[in-house]
Amino acid sequence: MSAIDLVIKGAQLPDGSTADICIDGEYIVDVSSTYKGQAHTSIDGKGCVILPGLVDLHTHLREPGREDAETVLTGSRAGAKGGFTALSAMANTSPVADTAGVVEQVYRLGQEAGLLDVFPIGAVTQGLKGVTLSEIGAMADSVARVRVFSDDGNCVSDPLVMRRALEYIKKFGGVIAQHAQDPRMTVGSQMNEGEISARLGLKGWPAVAEEAIIARDVLLADHVQSRLHICHLTTAGGVEIIRWAKARGINVTAEVTPHHLLLTDDLASSYDPVYKVNPPLRTESDVHALRQALADGTIDIVATDHAPHPLEAKECEWQEAAFGMVGLETALSIVQMTMVDSGLMSWQQVADRMSHTPALIGGYENQGQRIAKGSYANLVVINPTKLWRVDRDLLLSNSSNTPYHGRELPGFVEHTIFRGKPTLLSGVISGEGGK
Amino acid sequence: MRHLLSIADFSKAEAISILDTANELARVSDGAVKKLPTLRGRTIVNLFAEDSTRTRISFEAAAKRLSADVINFSAKGSSVSKGESLKDTAMTLQAMGADAVVIRHFASGAAQRLADSQWMSGSVVNAGDGTHEHPSQALLDAFTIRKHLGLGKSDLEGLSVAIVGDVLHSRVARSNILLLSKLGAKVVLVAPPTLLPVGVESWPVSISYDLDSVIPFVDVVMMLRVQQERMTEMYFPNAREYSRYFGLNSDRMKSMKPGAIVMHPGPMNRGLEISAEVADSSRSVITEQVTNGVSVRMAILYVLLTGGALEAGGN
Repeated sequence: MSAIDLVIKGAQLPDGSTADICIDGEYIVDVSSTYKGQAHTSIDGKGCVILPGLVDLHTHLREPGREDAETVLTGSRAGAKGGFTALSAMANTSPVADTAGVVEQVYRLGQEAGLLDVFPIGAVTQGLKGVTLSEIGAMADSVARVRVFSDDGNCVSDPLVMRRALEYIKKFGGVIAQHAQDPRMTVGSQMNEGEISARLGLKGWPAVAEEAIIARDVLLADHVQSRLHICHLTTAGGVEIIRWAKARGINVTAEVTPHHLLLTDDLASSYDPVYKVNPPLRTESDVHALRQALADGTIDIVATDHAPHPLEAKECEWQEAAFGMVGLETALSIVQMTMVDSGLMSWQQVADRMSHTPALIGGYENQGQRIAKGSYANLVVINPTKLWRVDRDLLLSNSSNTPYHGRELPGFVEHTIFRGKPTLLSGVISGEGGK
Repeated sequence: MRHLLSIADFSKAEAISILDTANELARVSDGAVKKLPTLRGRTIVNLFAEDSTRTRISFEAAAKRLSADVINFSAKGSSVSKGESLKDTAMTLQAMGADAVVIRHFASGAAQRLADSQWMSGSVVNAGDGTHEHPSQALLDAFTIRKHLGLGKSDLEGLSVAIVGDVLHSRVARSNILLLSKLGAKVVLVAPPTLLPVGVESWPVSISYDLDSVIPFVDVVMMLRVQQERMTEMYFPNAREYSRYFGLNSDRMKSMKPGAIVMHPGPMNRGLEISAEVADSSRSVITEQVTNGVSVRMAILYVLLTGGALEAGGN
């Protein structure tokens, strides 16, 4: 028998069993209890957990237009560092990804970076303005094969536009990913509306502005029998609506970000805009409801909403600062901390919420496959007992707006394998080193 | 105390000590030579990124009476309005050797950002930040109340104060609620429900939507300014209806307790939240608030820049 390319020995699979994963070319060729043959590269996975490569359904890569914040390449490197083998590039670039030309450009840049799959998300409406449908069909039929459409950053607030979009994407089995935020209720909003905003004198972003749109859109999705995905759910009330909709058989899925699983609105008391994010950080009871909902499957997936911004966009007054946090490099650690170490979820469930299900929602057929013979070798090896300290100056992202700077987090991503090739080995990205 | 950012940052004893210091310094303002040499050679910058002539001249007078050098840095015609960041402005002030920066800013938290940053090392005095706080106003209001109704006590125990109007957008209200309750006064907010923040339930106050039911029982009626832009934002149907339910006119003034006073942080909208008769009545202490403002701001600068309070009878 000839030598295979790569073997990962002794890591714990999502189901808790231990095995050697044999990889040749782009595929897993065997999952055996002990591999005795030869391999060109051997990775010791003892003490580590191996998961299918993570799939992010919500990433802001900023290219084209804001390459000072992030590029497809730097975002890909941050993704590989965080254990991702697929990212979904949000449409709010400049120009907006509302034509086949832009989505094909982003797709091509992802291929050139070669560290993971970059799946462009198309804008629902031209220029994200919420008025006229963008060329959804052309984007779907393009080389980028777009299936997820979103005006993220903006809400598709006009109910008629939302209805038409939901209907139109049925043609090719697409999904509308809604940024649920009633624009009239959130003019100039800065943070969660409640006790803390009242004290700080920052304009409130009420939970009802999110919940009202979710309620409307699950009803619309039901009416036209289409598929709806709710981006970055943040409220206990939103969870209740999704739970109700699913019980009625409505075809809706929902995501939660790592930061909404951990951080709360009282952090705004520092007026440090590193905690300014949209939708905003909510309360302790919302965080509790989101964790429960992710564990019981009401919330289907974790998505990062990785939102890089240049330094000057955060080094200013709160109300002048940009919304958003980077998240690719810390996502898995935050999920381990909030969901696994707390006993709410197993590693199998992490694999579901961060790989299998997001790939399913996005229609990413080569991603999120089970760790089994014949699957694409997209994998992440994580050491759950290793602590690491977040240093914003050492992030591979082009931006440093992490809310976790200085925090010690559990769960170190040791290796990331994309189509059989290590993109991250022992925490070091392949190709040139750090930024 | 290094900065004055929020009333929440200091204790009751510290608040009383500032008021007592102001009391001592008020005597300077009453004298023929209105000047102390205390802050000679120190530089105080008034950084005003939002218009406020009265607060600026009050701080300017306070600093000058303590012999400090004062630099006025106002947004109009300065780099703040040309898009220079707060960081660059702060670093410029640092390079010029400012010992203290008195900052008025349209953004809530701007003073705290300045104080927490490494951009400058001087003391920061919050002279009003967005809809957050205006601590020097609250201190001068407490000073004024104590002078009129304090009965020689150091705090405001046993007094009740109604704060009437646009609490939602009022930094004056936020600072006053914190300080008055710290000093032992009972605070009742009177406003249309649209102008009270969600979350107000957690504040140490009681709430009423009916001014007439509150007026006869309070020692102080503190009126808040209604900003013109609230008219178009549907917080209430129109100015006349607002005035009818929440304006202080001479009829309502008649039901006030004997000795009760009327306050307003200014600038007033005569005929809207307060009638001319009330503003100019003997119950009104509005111009006295302005006078006291200088003494209280002298006390603030004194405490922050010399590191101690002024003992009664000292100097």
